[in-house]
Amino acid sequence: MNTEKKYLKLSGLEPLIITPESNFINVGERTNVAGSRKFLRLIKEEKFDEALAIARHQVDGGAQIIDINMDDGLLDGKEAMVRFMNLIAAEPDIARVPIMIDSSKWEIIEAGLQVAQGKCVVNSISLKEGEAQFIEHAKKIKMYGAAVIVMAFDEVGQADNYNRRIEIAQRSYSILVNEVNFPSEDIIFDLNIFPVATGMDEHKRNAIDFIEATRWVRENLPNASVSGGVSNVSFSFRGNNAVREAMHSVFLYYAIKAGMNIGIVNPTMLEVYDEIPKDLLEHVEDVILDRREDATERLLDFAESVVSTAKERKVDLSWREKSLQDRITYSLVKGLDEFIVEDVEEARLQAEKPIEVIEGNLMIGMNVVGDLFGSGKMFLPQVVKSARVMKRAVAYLLPFIELDKGGASESNGKILLATVKGDVHDIGKNIVGVVLGCNNYDIVDLGVMVAPEKIIQAAKDENVDAIGLSGLITPSLDEMVYLAKEMERHNFKVPLLIGGATTSKAHTAVKIDPHYKNAVVHVHDASRAVTVVGDLLDKRKNQKYVGDIKADYVKVREGFSDRSSKKEFVSLENARKNKFNIDWNTAEIKKPNFEGIQVFEDFDLTKLVDFIDWTPFFRTWELAGRYPAILTDKVVGETASNLFKDAKIMLAQILDEKWLTAKAVFGIFPANAIKDDIEVYGDAERKDINVKFVTLRQQAKKKEGIANIALADFVAPKETGIEDYIGAFCVSTGFGTAELAAEFEKDHDDYNSIMIKALADRLAEAFAEYLHKKVRTEYWGYASSEGLTNEELIKESYNGIRPAPGYPACPDHTEKWTIWDLLSVKETIGVELTDSLAMWPAASVSGYYFGNEKSKYFALGKIKEDQLKDFAERKNMDLETAKKWLNPNLAE
Amino acid sequence: MEDIRNILKDKILVLDGAMGTMIQQYNFTEEDYRGQKFKDFHISVKGNNDMLSITQPEAIKEIHAKYLEAGADIIETNTFSSTTIAMADYEMEDFVYELNFESAKIAKEVAKEFTDKNPNKPRFVAGSIGPTNRTASMSPDVNDPGFRAVTFDDLRVAYRQQAEALIDGGVDLLLVETVFDTLNAKAALFAIEELKAERNIDIPIMLSGTITDASGRTLSGQTAEAFLISVSHIPLLTVGFNCALGAKQLTPHLEVLSQKASFGVSAHPNAGLPNAFGEYDETPSQMAEQIKEYLEKGLINIIGGCCGTTPAHIKAIADIANGYKPRLVS
Repeated sequence: MNTEKKYLKLSGLEPLIITPESNFINVGERTNVAGSRKFLRLIKEEKFDEALAIARHQVDGGAQIIDINMDDGLLDGKEAMVRFMNLIAAEPDIARVPIMIDSSKWEIIEAGLQVAQGKCVVNSISLKEGEAQFIEHAKKIKMYGAAVIVMAFDEVGQADNYNRRIEIAQRSYSILVNEVNFPSEDIIFDLNIFPVATGMDEHKRNAIDFIEATRWVRENLPNASVSGGVSNVSFSFRGNNAVREAMHSVFLYYAIKAGMNIGIVNPTMLEVYDEIPKDLLEHVEDVILDRREDATERLLDFAESVVSTAKERKVDLSWREKSLQDRITYSLVKGLDEFIVEDVEEARLQAEKPIEVIEGNLMIGMNVVGDLFGSGKMFLPQVVKSARVMKRAVAYLLPFIELDKGGASESNGKILLATVKGDVHDIGKNIVGVVLGCNNYDIVDLGVMVAPEKIIQAAKDENVDAIGLSGLITPSLDEMVYLAKEMERHNFKVPLLIGGATTSKAHTAVKIDPHYKNAVVHVHDASRAVTVVGDLLDKRKNQKYVGDIKADYVKVREGFSDRSSKKEFVSLENARKNKFNIDWNTAEIKKPNFEGIQVFEDFDLTKLVDFIDWTPFFRTWELAGRYPAILTDKVVGETASNLFKDAKIMLAQILDEKWLTAKAVFGIFPANAIKDDIEVYGDAERKDINVKFVTLRQQAKKKEGIANIALADFVAPKETGIEDYIGAFCVSTGFGTAELAAEFEKDHDDYNSIMIKALADRLAEAFAEYLHKKVRTEYWGYASSEGLTNEELIKESYNGIRPAPGYPACPDHTEKWTIWDLLSVKETIGVELTDSLAMWPAASVSGYYFGNEKSKYFALGKIKEDQLKDFAERKNMDLETAKKWLNPNLAE
Repeated sequence: MEDIRNILKDKILVLDGAMGTMIQQYNFTEEDYRGQKFKDFHISVKGNNDMLSITQPEAIKEIHAKYLEAGADIIETNTFSSTTIAMADYEMEDFVYELNFESAKIAKEVAKEFTDKNPNKPRFVAGSIGPTNRTASMSPDVNDPGFRAVTFDDLRVAYRQQAEALIDGGVDLLLVETVFDTLNAKAALFAIEELKAERNIDIPIMLSGTITDASGRTLSGQTAEAFLISVSHIPLLTVGFNCALGAKQLTPHLEVLSQKASFGVSAHPNAGLPNAFGEYDETPSQMAEQIKEYLEKGLINIIGGCCGTTPAHIKAIADIANGYKPRLVS
């Protein structure tokens, strides 16, 4: 039996079901020519793209229904309604919500109903023209399949007191339900919100009568909803937004309590109820609830004292009075590019040669930036902004310098930067480039996925003073080793700098440094790059510096070999005996609700915003601290807040203008473990082995009672006969990133170029988190009752894991080939694998889904030769190839 | 004959399988398509399967009989494209009434023979109403997203003509199927409601949408639940999905309908997904095995087949459905 209560159900491309538990449903009202002059103008001028942008903005801003009204004397309302609704139908991000067709003319309403595939709301009909027409229209609306707003209006006029409201509501309801057979849940009453505090006695009860009538409707007319346009109530305080905002909040507070569940509210004209000052609140409540005879007079008096809190930001331009150099320095330090060209032009006119502006004015400013950064008083995002201003200034000056042929500026040195072959991650490398650029180094940036021979060639051609290599994924480490050997072979003398997330001082010291006689330095973060490069290129002291580093690395190597020789391992056979045991007889295995493969080709990015984990975003910019505490941190709080503000602005643009495309593919399949492998089946009988995941087992000797884990331990072994499952996924939000970053770079805007990449990375992680949640609660459904907050999600306090190949639990990147094969990742969503098995676009995440409640993340650690051999056989790989891929995890 | 609504309470009913797949086996030539009546028709008509009800009625009756023999409780008329809109391709708009009427008539004849033979298993005829080849909520021109090749009113008039002729020809119910654009379906439902009111009849309506691909949405972009909400204003006999996907891929979407719909739920999936040659190669037993899952989960009230299914598929489905209870309808 379907015992569901009768709820108002609407649809666009997606459903909207209004239950007693639903929060207040906000109707977007900016696509209404009667309410928005701008929208009216756009429609009149047939600027439909911009008109659509308004609709999109409403939906993005949280409107769950959009009201469309084309009633204007100078418009062909019917044609405009049809045209606009047809255009909306072609915009999935708008059309996902239901439409409220708003008109006082029946022919416009009917025309609208004929172009909507979803279930709309008609706004509105009433008994104004008598019962016959009311019934006729209601019948038609029912046949078109729409809900309806019924105005409290009858042959006599508009209901303006409590009794008239309930009389008309009662009569309309009974005609609709009994004569038209109209579904009661599809009836919404608009009980007329009228202004209060107009000075006229008969308006005093306008608000309270509406609220009480709402209560009556909700108690006496089963399943009906109540709606209204809230801004009317404060009409008499036009011009005093502080009072109006308070009035709206108070009115809504009581009306929602009484049962008003839908409404048109401008969110920017709403104060938080709890934040209304006590005295104002009291006066407003007196008026709304009609609690005192003199309530209106008192509020009017009080209102004069309430200065509108409109947060008008005054821009302080006093610094423009200062000297030219101070102004240029100020622009650079503050990262303001508004006046820089003007000031640089002034400096150019004063200088003898345009190059002097760079070497003089701009470098003085950048030195201040460098000092502030060096002493920890400026932070990376600010420095990158400074660099943007610097680059713009230089770009302006370049044509003059060329004309002048004054020769090139004396730079501190030329640095080659590249992300190594097979790797696509370049945020960190770009930051280093910017920081060094600010410090008057010439940067030769070769980009990403740069082959070693190209790096060697470019270093020779450009006669660089140092080479910086960057990489994020583990195979890149071996590329760096290879490059060190090549530099040695080519008799290079210049220093080699190593950076990137998986690099470390230990790896550099143990694996790279021995292969190159000259300087090799691991650069921990971008801010160190300047001092490291400075020391390396300083001819007076670099010999000592390099000697110190070499000595330090020798020490690291010795310590490392001590440690690793002490570390005890067990044989693979014994490790398998000590596997992680799950009692499969009692383990709960949920048969997935969905089996097979699902593709999302253009996923709605707005859904991911709530899933973003911001902490790593700040780490990207080298700001330490957890979000949101970082925003109020004593040291970096202000920088973090500004950065966050800029990020939010760009995020809004990404969403509004669809800068990025989010794609995903995932699948859930029957699977069983055989030893350390997981067989994934193509059929329910589990006979057809589709692919085989090869997992690696911890081999470090464990304490008594601690298992040697492999991911395969989380899947029921075949011999148990228990039917288990596994999932795999790949998500990407990187489509579009490279193009946008290139645009920004063309505009000398590294700040935004880095920003877009950092945000794309965050969205990809958010997408992975979102999809995992969907899989847990819906597709696989083993955690259907899960209700985690975002914080809990980020802490990953849920059942089941989504480990990614290349990360600690499964450092073997080649498993990506298997996932690509299983899900046809490249064919379905176009994410590709590089030679080193990095994903392209870079903002992508892939991995497995394990659903068992006992499954957990762990780090594989080092493995021994016996497992390497076993792995090579299982993977059907020759030993050398296997060794290459597992190199970072092989015990010495 | 007993009301189908009563029978559905106790029993899963079986709908027939593909018509086109069966017609292909006859290898009809242009002349066969034309028959006597259209001997001198001014353009080529080969491929216009619906006209075979007039020119090769024995073949169509034979196909109906095979499906009834296989155990189908409901057969569909050979009228998937018999609207003025879809027939425009063959310039046969003027014959739409006749196409529907004759198709309904011959289907009813065959069904009656089987009912008479075994009155305990009454057989029904569903008037097949296809989606037409135009969409009311999408533009065929990517450069002009606001353009529409067909309006609600065009569709309403065309569907009304078709429904009228089908009812005149004697169908027991109407099946609005392969709905890829909900707005087209709403126009069909609107037309049928008008007709029901005018003639004061209460003919049951089955409505069946199409989830086009792995996105889980209709071609016009709706989720299964949004689709259901958009058509729930009409008291339907069943709501369901057919075509585009095989039985397996359809499962999650049927589950949505099964959970949320206050009507019966129907499914007539394809025989799997097409292979590289565009052929459907899921065998009867494979398909029945997939459908077993629907039955075990209690998702279904009416089950049948779409593209690529044959009487053998329907027999396998009917055999397996026999042992299961229908989904409970509130």
